[in-house]
Amino acid sequence: MSDTEQTIKILAIESSCDETAAAVVVNGRDMRSNVISSQIALHTLYGGVVPEIASRKHIEKINQVIAQALSDADMTLQDMDAIGVTYGPGLVGALLVGVAEAKAISYAANIPLVGVHHIEGHISANYIENPDLKPPFLCLVVSGGHTHLVKVTDYGTYEILGRTRDDAAGEAFDKVARAIGLGYPGGPKIEKVSHEGDPKAISFPRAKIADGVYDFSFSGLKSAVLNYLNGCRMKNLPINQADVAASFQQSVTDVLVDHARHAIREYHMDSFAIAGGVASNGVIRAAMEQMCREEGVKFYHPSPILCTDNAAMIGAAAYYDFIAGKRAGLDLNAVPNLKLGE
Amino acid sequence: MKILALDSSGLVAGVAVTEDDNLLGEYTINYKKTHSQTLLPMLDEVAKMIELDLNTIDVIAVSAGPGSFTGLRIGSATAKGLALALNKQIVSVPTVDALAYNLWGCREQVCPLMDARRQQAYTGLYTFSDWQMQTLLPQCAAGIDEITAKINESGKKTVFLGDGVPVFADYLKENLQVPYLFAPAHCNKQRAACVAVLGGILYRQGKAEDAAAHKPDYLRLSQAERERQEKARDFRI
Repeated sequence: MSDTEQTIKILAIESSCDETAAAVVVNGRDMRSNVISSQIALHTLYGGVVPEIASRKHIEKINQVIAQALSDADMTLQDMDAIGVTYGPGLVGALLVGVAEAKAISYAANIPLVGVHHIEGHISANYIENPDLKPPFLCLVVSGGHTHLVKVTDYGTYEILGRTRDDAAGEAFDKVARAIGLGYPGGPKIEKVSHEGDPKAISFPRAKIADGVYDFSFSGLKSAVLNYLNGCRMKNLPINQADVAASFQQSVTDVLVDHARHAIREYHMDSFAIAGGVASNGVIRAAMEQMCREEGVKFYHPSPILCTDNAAMIGAAAYYDFIAGKRAGLDLNAVPNLKLGE
Repeated sequence: MKILALDSSGLVAGVAVTEDDNLLGEYTINYKKTHSQTLLPMLDEVAKMIELDLNTIDVIAVSAGPGSFTGLRIGSATAKGLALALNKQIVSVPTVDALAYNLWGCREQVCPLMDARRQQAYTGLYTFSDWQMQTLLPQCAAGIDEITAKINESGKKTVFLGDGVPVFADYLKENLQVPYLFAPAHCNKQRAACVAVLGGILYRQGKAEDAAAHKPDYLRLSQAERERQEKARDFRI
């Protein structure tokens, strides 16, 4: 049997934010299980993720989630060739639960350990449902914590073209949603309301960064929305929640699409992918698809369940790191501000 | 009976393996390096030295709180991962009890103090009589003034230990009205061997739990939960 025909089974663990997740992925593409224990309902009480509560929930759920992932895949720990775990970026207390657990399992069961970058995971989510997707391609990662435009030059090799200078796109969704009384989590709620609104009703800014053509900035947009709301209140004008939501969402979409189109042209890419929680936003997704059609490039996107934080994407990324020979030691630590490509 | 014990509840990281009445190996580090990086390499080192086959362990004992929230979770997640892979149960050992166990046989009152910030300590009161540890005040989070008042009220000679001692030493010197001592270096911090021995006692009492169900006992809510409760209370008033 040649190397390429070998079957590599990976147990993946993810706990970087508010989802406790485990999955079994074979050869980086074949998802055998994908278990996610979400804490969203709990954090909704506080209007956002509370790190200490997230960490406490992770430790309560992690063994059950792992056991479920193995049993859904109809496999045991002894069948695994490697364990992949997210070690950054993310909330340090939350990451540490997954990292300590994964290291202990790896040590006790004598299975190699691979540390995975969370964003690398999001990008790799695209491999699971798209067997034809291979590097090089461009990927826009948009989530509650990240906004990165990345050139994937090879498996495990990334060039960051642009990133947010302030708020992540998803963070802007959460903040605006709170300001217009929709609450947490902002992304799905804004998208839902926006269908009844006019995206051209209010002209919010599309930020451009002078010295970083691919960088993003969403804090100005957020302030513009807050100023607009304050202005209306001072003048006693009615606020149309749906119009604000739709116009804000359109502004974010335009900036994301504009940056992506620019990069596709400059780097002559023929494949473009989106990833991360915000990538499940239907309006953004449709706009990206439209842009890709216009530019004549293939468009890839994960299903919503693979856009949100999950472990299957970590298993996909871990596979390519594993076959490249990357291994983590018993001293692997959580790195809350881990940079991509380190 | 073989017990693997872990303690990462405070500044000390500790690993110990006991077999019946023998301590086979113990590794204690009281240094700034993070427990996340040290705990498992320490276990690996001990295991190699005593040629430990992890499968022969009967139960995993872990110092389960109170303590540093993150530190407790590193210990618990490590114990849970080991237990999952080895198909073992976990015994949760109260951290302050295990700390007091350092002074096994001491006839005076024993008061462990762990720095819990905000002028509070994780503490308790113990004594050793009838050949075993007696709990006079179960482990709790209390103001240093409260525990000092309680000790003064008891009128008993008291031995203090724990990483809270240097933090509260000045306060204690000024306010204690009973004879007291601070325990010396070899027995004044968390030791995994104590966790192992107490873990064995709890195990024989049938107090082991499934690894999946184990979680630390923080003795405190998170700040967000506390503030939310306070708000709700204010609202009711």
